[in-house]
Amino acid sequence: MSEPSVTYLVGVVLVSAAVTWTLRAAPFALLAPLRRSRLLPYLNASMPVGVMTILVIYSLLSSASTSQGARPWAALAIATAVTAAVHLWRRNFVLSILIGTGLHVALASTVLAA
Amino acid sequence: MGQLGVAQPCVLTELLDNCAINGIEVANIAHGDIVGHELAIEAHLDLSSIALMSLKSPVLATTEQSPSSQQPGQVRLAVTHSLPAVLGVIPMGVAFGVLVTHSGLEWWWATVFATVVFAGSLEFLLIGLVTAMAPLSQVAVTALLVNFRHVFYALSFPMHRIHGPLAKTYSTFTLTDEAWALTTAPEAQFWSRRRILAIQATFQVNWVGSVTLGALGGGLVPDSLVGLQFAVIAFFLVLAIDAIRATRSVPIPLAAVVSALIGHGLFGTQMLVPALAMFTGFLLIRYALRRGKVDQDV
Repeated sequence: MSEPSVTYLVGVVLVSAAVTWTLRAAPFALLAPLRRSRLLPYLNASMPVGVMTILVIYSLLSSASTSQGARPWAALAIATAVTAAVHLWRRNFVLSILIGTGLHVALASTVLAA
Repeated sequence: MGQLGVAQPCVLTELLDNCAINGIEVANIAHGDIVGHELAIEAHLDLSSIALMSLKSPVLATTEQSPSSQQPGQVRLAVTHSLPAVLGVIPMGVAFGVLVTHSGLEWWWATVFATVVFAGSLEFLLIGLVTAMAPLSQVAVTALLVNFRHVFYALSFPMHRIHGPLAKTYSTFTLTDEAWALTTAPEAQFWSRRRILAIQATFQVNWVGSVTLGALGGGLVPDSLVGLQFAVIAFFLVLAIDAIRATRSVPIPLAAVVSALIGHGLFGTQMLVPALAMFTGFLLIRYALRRGKVDQDV
């Protein structure tokens, strides 16, 4: 396998950064008229719930689709259920993430390895 | 009232420093508990002037809600506030660093990717693209599709608090999922510029640090240890649970789930943008339908 050249890698970094930054910055100029409307407070309040929910489903599906068989699904399902349960119980951000991730690493590395 | 019994003689300028720091003690002096004391006589204090002073005292004036406050405490508040999310992101950053080293690239490329691109999920995808030597056009399209969700973040990020071209440039450059998630709470609309920028800088410093750590220590992590990427899922899951609990709405998360499933059914792993567009469409239609009715919140 040939190594990617430095020029190529610099190009990859610059293109990725330019596209990402444009997506983050440009809408502020385009959406300026919306700032004073009553629509914005409504979107402020209701968008995070939906975006987070969609990101959860997206990251679960893309994580599971990278491997074959039912075992990765089982590990994800168990870790997700435990993370949600721990968070509903203790409401501690760090605790929920650490327990969920630790459990998933343990399952996916051993009994439920793909 | 022991302190007042031994109240030392003091003049007006020294009052806040030496006599009584908090408003209760000051008010008690004014109520004449120590009538005849040289303090009250010398300074000609009455209730209104004391009340005015206690309002101006640094102890009472320092509140976190103060909109234009620029005191250094803002940075500490920002770091404390973002700490849980920062800790949640560390495993992800370490995992990315490890993957870069395992892919055969020099370790410092991980640091460059983390600093300049600064978009977690895209960086993970770039490893695969780079090792396959994908053309730059494909890199651009991937970046566009993966990060298109950031277009929606402009709707609720408190950019009106950020002034100055340099600060605005940095703020948009570092507008990640995590930074956006922490700055969409209603009270964040009044946070100081310093506090918002400090949150964003904390995330970037932490991300670059974790990635570099992972890249340098990559050889120490056995290949058999997998599943660290679950930290990302857990992070969004925890935020979703908190957001659902805050809004107490059933239709909105339900619409998000339906949008995600339809998006996945139609577009597979390219579901993110269509799903977000469908969900935003749902919110706009719902807003239009409810607009004619009585004023109500979500």
